[in-house]
This record gives sequence, C-alpha cells and structure tokens, in this order.
Amino acid sequence: MGMEGIGARVTRKEDKRFITGAGRYVDDMVVPGMKHAVFVRSPHAHAQIKKIDVKQAQAMPGVVAVLTGKELKADGIGNLICGWMIHSKDGSPMKMGAWSPLAFDRVRYVGDAVAIVIADTKGEARDAAEAVEVTYKELKAVVDAVKALEKGAPQLHPEAEGNLIFDWEIGDAKATDAAIKAAHHVTRMKIVNNRLVPNAMEPRAALGYYDKGEDHYTCWTTSQNPHVARLVMSAFYNVAPENKLRVIAPDVGGGFGSKIFIYPEEVVCLWASKKAGVPVKWVADRTESFLTDAHGRDHHSTVEMAFDKNNRITGLKVDTVANLGAYMSLFSSSVPTYLYATLLSGQYNIPAIHANVRTVYTNTAPVDAYRGAGRPEATYLLERTIETAARELGVSPAELRRTNFITQFPHQTPVIMCYDAGDYATSLDAAMKAADYAGFAKRRDKAKKAGKLRGIGMSCYIEACGIAPSAAVGSLGAGVGLWESAEVRVNAVGTIEVLTGSHSHGQGHETTFAQLVAGRFGVPIDSISIVHGDTDKVQMGMGTYGSRSGAVGMSAIVKALDKVEAKAKKIAAHLLEADEGDIVIENGALKVAGTDKNVPWFQMALAAYTAHNLPSGMEAGLKETAFYDPTNFTFPAGCYICELEVDPETGLTEIIQFVAADDFGNIINPMIVEGQVHGGIAQGVGQAMLEGAYYDASGQLLTASYMDYTMPRAGDLPSFKVSTSNTPCPSNPLGIKGCGEAGAIGSPPAVINALTDALGVADFTMPATPSRVWAAVQKH
Amino acid sequence: MSDISLTVNGRQVRAAVEDRTLLVHFLREHQGLTGTHVGCDTSQCGACVVHVDGKAVKSCSMLAAQASGSTVVTIEGIANGADLHPVQAAFKEHHGLQCGFCTPGMIMTATDMIARHPEGLDEATVRAELEGNICRCTGYHNIVKAILAASQTMSKASKPKKAA
Amino acid sequence: MYSVNYHRANSVADAVKLLKTGDAKLVSGGMTLIPAMKTRLAAPSDLVDISRITALKGIKVSGKAVTIGAATTHYEVSTDAKLQKACPALAELASMIGDPAVRHRGTIGGSIANNDPAADYPAAMVALGATIVTNKREIAADKFFKGLFETVLKDGEIVTAVTFNAPAKAAYQKFRNPASRYAIVGVFVAKGKDDVRVAVTGAGDNGVFRAKTIEAALAKSFDPAALAGVKISADSLMSDIHASADYRAHLISVMAKRAVAAANG
Repeated sequence: MGMEGIGARVTRKEDKRFITGAGRYVDDMVVPGMKHAVFVRSPHAHAQIKKIDVKQAQAMPGVVAVLTGKELKADGIGNLICGWMIHSKDGSPMKMGAWSPLAFDRVRYVGDAVAIVIADTKGEARDAAEAVEVTYKELKAVVDAVKALEKGAPQLHPEAEGNLIFDWEIGDAKATDAAIKAAHHVTRMKIVNNRLVPNAMEPRAALGYYDKGEDHYTCWTTSQNPHVARLVMSAFYNVAPENKLRVIAPDVGGGFGSKIFIYPEEVVCLWASKKAGVPVKWVADRTESFLTDAHGRDHHSTVEMAFDKNNRITGLKVDTVANLGAYMSLFSSSVPTYLYATLLSGQYNIPAIHANVRTVYTNTAPVDAYRGAGRPEATYLLERTIETAARELGVSPAELRRTNFITQFPHQTPVIMCYDAGDYATSLDAAMKAADYAGFAKRRDKAKKAGKLRGIGMSCYIEACGIAPSAAVGSLGAGVGLWESAEVRVNAVGTIEVLTGSHSHGQGHETTFAQLVAGRFGVPIDSISIVHGDTDKVQMGMGTYGSRSGAVGMSAIVKALDKVEAKAKKIAAHLLEADEGDIVIENGALKVAGTDKNVPWFQMALAAYTAHNLPSGMEAGLKETAFYDPTNFTFPAGCYICELEVDPETGLTEIIQFVAADDFGNIINPMIVEGQVHGGIAQGVGQAMLEGAYYDASGQLLTASYMDYTMPRAGDLPSFKVSTSNTPCPSNPLGIKGCGEAGAIGSPPAVINALTDALGVADFTMPATPSRVWAAVQKH
Repeated sequence: MSDISLTVNGRQVRAAVEDRTLLVHFLREHQGLTGTHVGCDTSQCGACVVHVDGKAVKSCSMLAAQASGSTVVTIEGIANGADLHPVQAAFKEHHGLQCGFCTPGMIMTATDMIARHPEGLDEATVRAELEGNICRCTGYHNIVKAILAASQTMSKASKPKKAA
Repeated sequence: MYSVNYHRANSVADAVKLLKTGDAKLVSGGMTLIPAMKTRLAAPSDLVDISRITALKGIKVSGKAVTIGAATTHYEVSTDAKLQKACPALAELASMIGDPAVRHRGTIGGSIANNDPAADYPAAMVALGATIVTNKREIAADKFFKGLFETVLKDGEIVTAVTFNAPAKAAYQKFRNPASRYAIVGVFVAKGKDDVRVAVTGAGDNGVFRAKTIEAALAKSFDPAALAGVKISADSLMSDIHASADYRAHLISVMAKRAVAAANG
C-alpha cells in the first residue's frame, strides 16, 4: 500500500470544487437561448382528462410554448417502460400499464404531468402553467396496496385486472409448508415496511438542447447512469437514435437510487427543445420532488419462521404485497422480487424458503429502487422475525443468530444466491464488543432510575451487491446486461485518463478510482483524471447503483490496466533491451528486475506516441478498453447494534449509540467507506424513526415538503462507531464487495429491535415518531 | 423592477431585477455564483446559506431587493485568494462532504457558527446549530467532526502570539 | 412567487403611507411571508419592508420594564445581555426559534403579527401579559391574538414594539414537530408578583391560549407536583399526522411541569 494507493485514506480529489462552490450541477448549466419549463401537474390522484385548454396560457407574457401529451404522442414519443420482465407463477408476463410522459386521457397520481409550459423565466412559466385549463372528471382513488387488491377497488390500468401486476413466487412451497408443520416452534409476524421518499438534496433537473444544424440532441440530467438514459430514450422512447443523442450527467447531488430511472421530464424537455426550437431547462422544486421522484419500500408482509427443538431454523414462509404506485418505473419489478426475496436466507442456514410476492398498482407516485432496494425490506423482515423468535424462545438474540449462522462457503441458499465468502460471527463479536453489549444491563438499570426506558437491538444483515452477472440477470428477466466498461488512456506525457461507465454522485470515484491507478503504476494521483458522466466521452456504461461501482466498475478498470501494463512492459523491455518478463513497475518507472536499468513511466508513454522505436509490429499509442462482467453477486454482510432511550413521558427517543461492524471485502479508501456507512445508517435510522410518506384516502400526499416529511438532522443522530473486518470477495480481481447500501439495509431492524426491547412490546411499525412511541407506551 | 446595489464578495454590484427575484436567484443567475444552491421550498434545507452583513441567512427566503445596500459573501468569496478557508480545509480533511450539494450552505453555516462561539464548540452545540442544514449523504458524522476541528484551528490562529 | 412591488420604508409614517398601495403587506425578516409567497400561498401586490427602520429596533430594559422593538431579530433577542438578565426565559425562547439563519432575519414583530398557531412568541406574550404597541394604540396580548394567523391589527396598523414587566420566574418548554421543528406544544409559564400565567402554543385549534386549569393549580403552589392531578382536555386541540389531540393534551401538562421546574431552577 502506497500513500495514495489501495487502502490509503486519501482525501478526495473532487472536494476542491465542491467546497469552493465550483461544482457544476444541472441547474448551473446555461445554454444560449435557454428557456425555462414548468410542468402542469394533476391535482387529482385519479381522473379522466376531459379537456386541456392552453390558449390563455400561450398568450401570457414570456411564454414560448405550451405542449401537451397529444402532441407528444403524435410525434411518436413512446411510453415509459419497466425494463425487467417478471412472470407470474402461472407463466403470464407482468401486466404493464401504459405510461405516457405527458398524460392525455387519464391521470393516475397527484403530480402526473399533463403539459409543459416553456417561457423566458421560471416565474413566467409558472404564471402561465396556472392558466392552463384542464378539465378533469374525478375518479375514485386507492393508495393502499392491500386495499387495491380487494374486489371493487378502483381500477388503474385496463392491462392489469384487479390492479395486480404480477403474482410471483420463489423457493419450495411444499418443503417450506412441511417444515412449518413439523416445527417445534413457529414465529409469526405481520411486517410493514414504510414508504419513503429518497430526497437527494439536489432536486431532479433536465436541460434539453436540440441542435438544428447537426440534428442532434444533448440532455444534461441528474442521472446515476447517463448511458442507460441514452439507451432507453433511444431504443424505447424514440427521442432520437443513440448517435444523435448525448446525455451528460455532470455533478449530481446525490441519488440513492432515485436518479437511476428515466422520468417523464427529461424525455419531454428533449422533445420540447426541438418542438419549441429553444433549449429547455426544468428544475424540480422540493414539493415536485416529493410528488414525482420514485418512492421506496412500501411492503406489507406476513412471515412464518419455523424452528426445530435445537432452535435451528427449518423453514421460512413469506407473503408480500408490494406497492408499485401508479406506473411501473424502470426497474420497479426487480426490487420486490430478485433484489428482495433472494436475500431472505439472510446470514442463516435455512433449508426451506418460500416467498410469494404480489405487486400492485395504486394512485401514488411510482415506487422503485431506493438505497438498498429490496434488501432492506428482506433484512427488516428477517431480522425483526428472528429477534421476536429469540424473545419467544427465551434465548439471547445473539445466540439464536449464532446458532443459525452459515459458516461454510460457498453456500447455496434455497433462493438462488450462492454466498461465496463471509465470517458472520466475527462481525457479531466485533459489534457486541464495540457496543459493550455485556454492560447493557447496568446501563438499562441506570436509565430506569432516571425514568427512561433503554433498549438494545441488533441486526445481522447480508446483501447482494456488485450487480450483476449479465447472463444471470438476463435469465431472470433483466432487459440490460450489468457489466461495466473502462477505458484507460495514457497520454504522451504519461498522465492518465480513466473513462468509466460508473457515475459518481457523492461516492468519491474520482479519488478511489485514481488510487487504483496510482497504486498500480506508482504515478502521482494528481496525474490521473477520472472521466465519467458523458456519453460522448465514455463509450458505454451501466452506471452506479446496487453498490456496484467498486466491485464491477473498478474491476473493469483493472482489466484495462492489465492491458495497459502488458503493452507498457513490452515497450519498456524494447527500450531497455530486456526481456518483457523481467520488467517490473515501481515508483513511476519500468525497471528490469534486480538491476538499476529503468525507463521512467512518462518516457515509456512518450515512446508509445512518438513511435520512433517500438517493438516490431506494435501499434502506436497507449490506450486500452475493457468490459468486465461479474461472475457472481458480491455479499457484504455485517452486524449493527443500536442502543436507545425512550422518554416515556413524551415518547421522544434518543439514540445513545450506534455500532456498525461490516465485512466489505477489500477496501480502497477506508475514509470514504466509513462515510458511506455513516450516510447509510442515517437513512436507515431515518426510516426507522423519522421518515414516512403518507397519502390520504383521496390520494393527496400529506408529506410533500420538509414541513411534514422528517429528514434526519444532525441533532437526531449520534456519532457512529464503525469498523470493518473483511473477508475478500473471491469473484472479482480486487476482492471488493461494496459498501454503498449496507448502512441503510442493516440499521432499521437494529433500531426497532432496540425500541421494542425498550418498550417491552412485541412489534412496532416504523417510523418510531414521538407520538407513536408515546401511544405504544400508553397501551402497554 | 428595482435597481439594487450591494457588495458581493468584495465587489460593488449594481443591477435592475424583478422585485420578486430571490437573493439566491440573483446570485446564481445574475452574478453567476452558482455555488449557492436551492434544495427546498420551505427554508429548511440550508443549501442556500450565505452571509449578509456578516450573518448567515437563507438566501432563498430573502428578496434581492431586501439585500440592497448590504454586504453579501457567498461560498465563492470566503477563501483568502487561493488558500482555502479553514472550514473549507476541514471539510476536505475530514471527509465532511459527499455529493457536495449541501456543502456550500454547510460551510457558510459553520463559519458563522464558529464566529458566534469564540469560546469554542462541543458536539452537542454543533449538532443543535446545524438545525437548519440538511445533508442526505454523510449522516452528519464527518460534518460535525470537520466543524469541531475547524473551530479549534481557528481559535488557535486567532489567539495572540506571546511576546518573545 | 407572483409578481410583487418592493418598497423600503424609512420610517413608520413612510410605511403607513406605502401600505395604502394596492394589496400591500408588511415584510420584516420575511421568514414566513417569503416562503409563503414562493409557494404562491400568499400573493400581496406590494411589500413594504420595515426591517431597516432604526426606530423599530433594539431592546430596552429599565428595572423590570422591558421594551423590544418590533424589528428586533430573534438572534438579537436571544443574545441581549440585559434581557438575558431581566427575562432569561424570553431570550431562551428566541434561541429556540427556527435555526440560526432564520433567527438572524426573523423578527419579534413579524412573528406576533403573523400569529402562526405554532409560533413561539405568542405564548410568551400572553404568559408575560405583554402589551403590543402599534403606531395607533397599545393592546394587551390577551386581546391581540385572535385565531389562526389572525390578530386584532387593523389596516395600516403596524406593530412597533412589545413591552412587559419581567416576571419573578418564567420558563418556556417546547416539544418540536420532528419535521418542521415548529412547536407541537410550547408552554410558557410566568410567575408574576400576584399571579401565574401559562400560555400554550402549537396545540390549540384556534391558536395560542391560556391554560387556566394549570394557572389555577400553579397559583396555589408553583411546583411541578401541583400539576400531578391536572388533566388537560383534548377538546379544541389540533390533530394532525404528527400529533393527535390527546397527545398534545398530554404534552401540555408534561411541558408545563418541565417549564415550572426550569423556572424554579
């Protein structure tokens, strides 16, 4: 490990621009002639559109154009789609309802876009948007997924009878039922996973620019995966062919999944930029984000966990209803299926598992991946259930988990996944030690004397990251491959550009990816630039989500670096008149091993480009490309412990300590990894204690601003105690597992296990807001 | 329209703006100072914090016209030339930022906080004083660390040197 | 925000004149009004900015008598050394409003004239038995606040100051809405020479109110224990996704007890 190589706590290269206000986000972009867009949105959760009258709006000051869904459709712009095919257990394909980027006949949730108004200023666009007259005929709405399945519920899409999108299963129903029947003990629970709004601090934005001279489009957008956006907008939405469409995701202010998807706004801004003949910029305000960003979670489940008389889990049966909102967002179908039910084995050896998942349309915002995506739901369900089982069985929660830990690897679960490496007991021990678990009883007694209720809870999570082997996901219905690309360009003076299909929106790729290269070639980290987020610069990529940029994105870079190194060594061997096999790279020079003969890195690079003296037959230049397709998922795992204290008089709950002990495989930059865990925990604690998206029965979002949706603030959280003990991942060259989502996956059950411990109640539905905690204290 | 005149990052600025122009939009769109961000509609997130007449304020909740006659400092103006301000340096050193969107507001709030607490800061005070700044990436852990570190650095720097 | 015309008043008289323009509204710190205009919930044709009128700024303490100019910011109230000595409870209340940036702009006059049912100052004004001074008259706080976002202020009437006599003991306790951080329940208790006054904000469905049952109990004994048997009715309390009326009723007595304990030091 060098000062700047793998494993070093290198401060971030990208920070300079962010701390000086020189970051460039979509809203900072200005194009000559640019106009501002405001969307006219449905105030109703469910209604027929009888008439849209834009005449008055078009005549307002500053207005350039007012465009509607009929014009969009007439121009051949396609419906938005879900790109992951799931088949119901009867073999029928999922029932995808039509989603027009601008609704023209019917609106299905509050915020559904019906027109775009383009004007000189945003204020004028908003003034005119208010003057667009839409005549609606209101229809009955349904917001709750369980109710939407009931007979007589309002129907959203003619394609999906009974609002059912698919009825899917995984695992062995017969074996699981038999295990439950034969069980010594069965723990049964109803589990709700609350709906969340991702709330990246930068609201979504899009700037569409049509270049008439070139017949070419450029889209600046807040995307985690600009290449996927280009692919989908070209191949499915008919915006423009790929060679005529450039998508740029510049600095992006957080994503957490919500900026994976292609939303109506970027499609409409691009189309409108040609139609109206002006570049069109749209920036969401926060309430618009609340209404229209894809939400997360929203599961209703029942679970049965069977034990034998030795407290070993013999079977797990799960039935889940997942709310997908009004339309199927891009990856929505994969979240409650292959990203959820395949993780239901957790860290435990469970011989029989069966899960049934029904996904449902409701008159709410579309639901899709949000940090963890399916894995938090699986972990919450499993870790709440095993905690409850420990209480019912009268054994310690730690020991019940330990009894059931998987200890032999590889381990094939009954739900597809094959875990390749892990050491769950070590994480559990580390967390219990860091939390002084043994001393908790004393602390509880002390708290009790002060009139407070103290509780402690743990959660042992596993997740599948580094998504994913393309052939495997293809066989499961994915419409795309999940490899990653890299291009390494060594310039003539030896500086290096790495072009990656991963996208950094807070993860620090510009630093960690550069560390990889600096460590490999011994060149200064400042001589390395990481280029990402622009389809004109980077050939192709699948983007950043599912904790995949390290395990997949960096593995692609390693592959390209291997090729660069091989060629560099050939050149050096030729220059030094040595054998290629004797060349080593050390401290920025290519040396003949065991001698002082060497050629500095920059000289070798120069030689590659002058091409005056290259090995016979070698092409000039030094630039290599690689695509890396993983051979397996990666399996980060760990143990989280939460200790909290309830003020029974008010219900106010304070987190006293939060401990994370993770296994992320090999780590490139511990500082950045810790930061990822901190942020993940804050979101997980947010889900458990603060956050919840609520619609009223008519489909109005009650939590549509920070006045009503509780964002975790500094005062809501403690400093965290985080550590790692790592088993390298055997399936990728760097041994990386990924760390982006763990915090959000592992923490909610730890919090609620601690809370139910403190309150002495069997269950508690998230979020644990003061009023709900107080109500539970009253009942108890 | 209003004719306004104010000092922005040390420079005297005159402009004619629509009266409804918010200070944040004046800074971003008229002055090209895009380091100040807008993250919410309800003056809660703090991405827009700048200093007006030496005090941290939310530039999304103030008209540009209200700032006429005032001195405004933004994230672009707090460093001394090419040197980073100690708070900027501490945010980098302690990894107090990830996506960077809330960061300018955080730094402007932190510099104001440190200035109001010459006696020094502790973790509880920093967390309480960050009430009006929301970060979704960091879980605040490293932001708190960075502010405490900057507060210490700055108090050391401001102490008079002992006479030789 | 809709179009608006901005005017800066140099004096109260100037402001009164300017207020006659169209559907004009006063703005001081603008911490409530500007966000409301941004979301188009408020749409005045004209704004008359009174925040720079020096006559409206500053805090005077003379013996027990306290006068706070209407354009004094929350930050100034929270940090004023004279006030911290004379009535620390009010300085502390000001330090709990919003966040530091909001406190730098928001003013006491703006807060009470707006009379948000979850704002902090109205509870203090009522409990302190303060007098609201306008350019036209002096109004007892008990009569000043009138329902949600309503006061007895008439057209062209401008709050210029508030005055009160510092109580022997006082304290404010606030239980925050976890999202907005406004008060779900805020209770200000003040023990004067002859009486105890207790005002509650954040809870009432008609804005700030005096908790008479609590006052009666505390008049007998200014001690948290005196409130042990006092039950607060949930009738006419607000109920929303953050707190039911029952919860608010319960919190009123908890916050009142804690305020009394804090006042007794």
